[in-house]
Amino acid sequence: MQAESLIVDDCERGIFRVHRSTMTSEDVLAAERERIFSRCWLYVGHASELAERGEYRRRSVGGRPLVFVRGKDGEIRVLYNTCPHRGAIVCRRDEGNANTFQCFYHAWTFDNCGKLLGFPDEEGYATTGFDRSKMGLGVVTRHESYRDFHFVCFDDAAPSLGDYLAGTREILDLVADQSLDGTMRVVSGTQRYSIRANWKLLAENSVDGYHAPPLHRSYLAYLQGTGALLEAGKGALGGGSTALGNGHAMIEYRAPWGRPVAFWAPTFGEESKREIEQIRAELCARHGEERGTRIAGSNRNMLVFPNLVVNDIMAVTIRTFYPIRPDFMEVTAWELAPAEESGERLARRLHNFLEFLGPGGFATPDDVEALDSCQIGFGADGVAWSDMSRGMGRTPRMDDELQMRSFWREWQARMTETRRHDWSDRRTNGARAR
Amino acid sequence: MSPAETERLLLGLKVTEFLAEEANLLDEWRLEQWLALFTDDASYVIPGTGDPAADPRQSLVLVDDDRTRLGWRVKRLLGGHAHREFPWSRTRRIISNVRVERAAADALRATSSFVVWRFRHGHADPFVGRSEYRLVERDATLRIAAKRAMLDHETLAPNGALSFLL
Repeated sequence: MQAESLIVDDCERGIFRVHRSTMTSEDVLAAERERIFSRCWLYVGHASELAERGEYRRRSVGGRPLVFVRGKDGEIRVLYNTCPHRGAIVCRRDEGNANTFQCFYHAWTFDNCGKLLGFPDEEGYATTGFDRSKMGLGVVTRHESYRDFHFVCFDDAAPSLGDYLAGTREILDLVADQSLDGTMRVVSGTQRYSIRANWKLLAENSVDGYHAPPLHRSYLAYLQGTGALLEAGKGALGGGSTALGNGHAMIEYRAPWGRPVAFWAPTFGEESKREIEQIRAELCARHGEERGTRIAGSNRNMLVFPNLVVNDIMAVTIRTFYPIRPDFMEVTAWELAPAEESGERLARRLHNFLEFLGPGGFATPDDVEALDSCQIGFGADGVAWSDMSRGMGRTPRMDDELQMRSFWREWQARMTETRRHDWSDRRTNGARAR
Repeated sequence: MSPAETERLLLGLKVTEFLAEEANLLDEWRLEQWLALFTDDASYVIPGTGDPAADPRQSLVLVDDDRTRLGWRVKRLLGGHAHREFPWSRTRRIISNVRVERAAADALRATSSFVVWRFRHGHADPFVGRSEYRLVERDATLRIAAKRAMLDHETLAPNGALSFLL
């Protein structure tokens, strides 16, 4: 596999192509595991999921079994879910609250900070070099958070999370500041599903504005039919696309649908109109008219390289996905809401989320089908390249493909173990400077 | 056999027949007739794979339709632009372990186990779980006032979309 030859990126002539073997090759996936999933910052969970001491969530991040846990000292840690003795996993439930984790194999017991508390027949180690203080559960050392979003990285040489996140921090701020005191929470309930497609197809799809009108025509018809399609959705969705650095990108556009915070649509019901307008007014009072209006009324689909999606649309979803095979990925999605929401207000948000999002929504199944379908199409083999040049040479629109180019430029830099400093379509970009 | 026992068994047969007919309508994609089985205030819920008891007003689930949205779901599936079901997948629903109890004077609580086999794009995918119904009698026929289909899968795999009806 020659990663440098898998992408044609020619800003002079407006050509951008991606070789389809990137989506089908076992060798490419093996290299991605080493150069992307073992070196990038990866999302592990949200602080709100661990409200109490001892609360934990079992997570698989880049194929690694982990436990995201708040210890008895109140600190959030990420532990490797494997017994330091002989390897069995020590946490076998998806979530819960535990003072200790006990390995069922030889009954070694650890506290919820990872420290080894005890094990049967300690005498057996009396004549060995065994140091029990070093036999706790492994702690992921590169673990940082931004606005309650917790990330891990398995590369000691990686830059700090803040540097890595680059321009996405401003967008995460816009998401978090939907809450009047800036505290968001992950609503209980997880959507775990799978797609028979390469993981990068979902990275592309999650920020693809071009596909919405044709692919989601039946969803838009539903909005129209229920009176929920707002003025902004009746023509092309206006809005732009921005490369946020390090391969991250976002599209931002006016809301064509209702937003619980805070853009009223008829489907929310007349009784909620005043409340939603009040939220919007409070956001404007707190953040100024321009930022308040942006928080309340704009939609943002954001991809944090390589595999975190934060889409702030008819509700807010956090989504991660990992390759299992070149043609199969597992997806996990959560819903994020202002911590102060409850009762009717929360129910309204939940209802709005499901009309579009998730494997039972009116849109996601069509996306899943499109990705499955691309993967089947790649099998044709006679057509070697996919085209991603849309909008090159003009101010990037939300329905152009700068978002994907930004992703692929970083992908190529990572895979060739080089560094990039510019992810836009500028004609003198980092790719040529190397 | 006591009259009460006879009545209980007959009720079980009646509901089993009703659920077989429901499955048949879905397998044959006669969705408007399927929709007509529901009352005007019906709900149709598919919880996530993590928590079958989840309350859709407080937790994220997979499907939480009132009668209006269920109507749109059917319309979407019949409209030719629900791409995962155009052309329609082939499905076969196996319904068993039907149990019925009287929940109120005019309402029944029924549960059943299901396996729905779905065939498309060369894949044969099972969807396995349990359904819980609240059934009411309207004009001497049974109607569905609430249906909750709970999947046994740990994650929605190997087929990752509920593009059809359970």
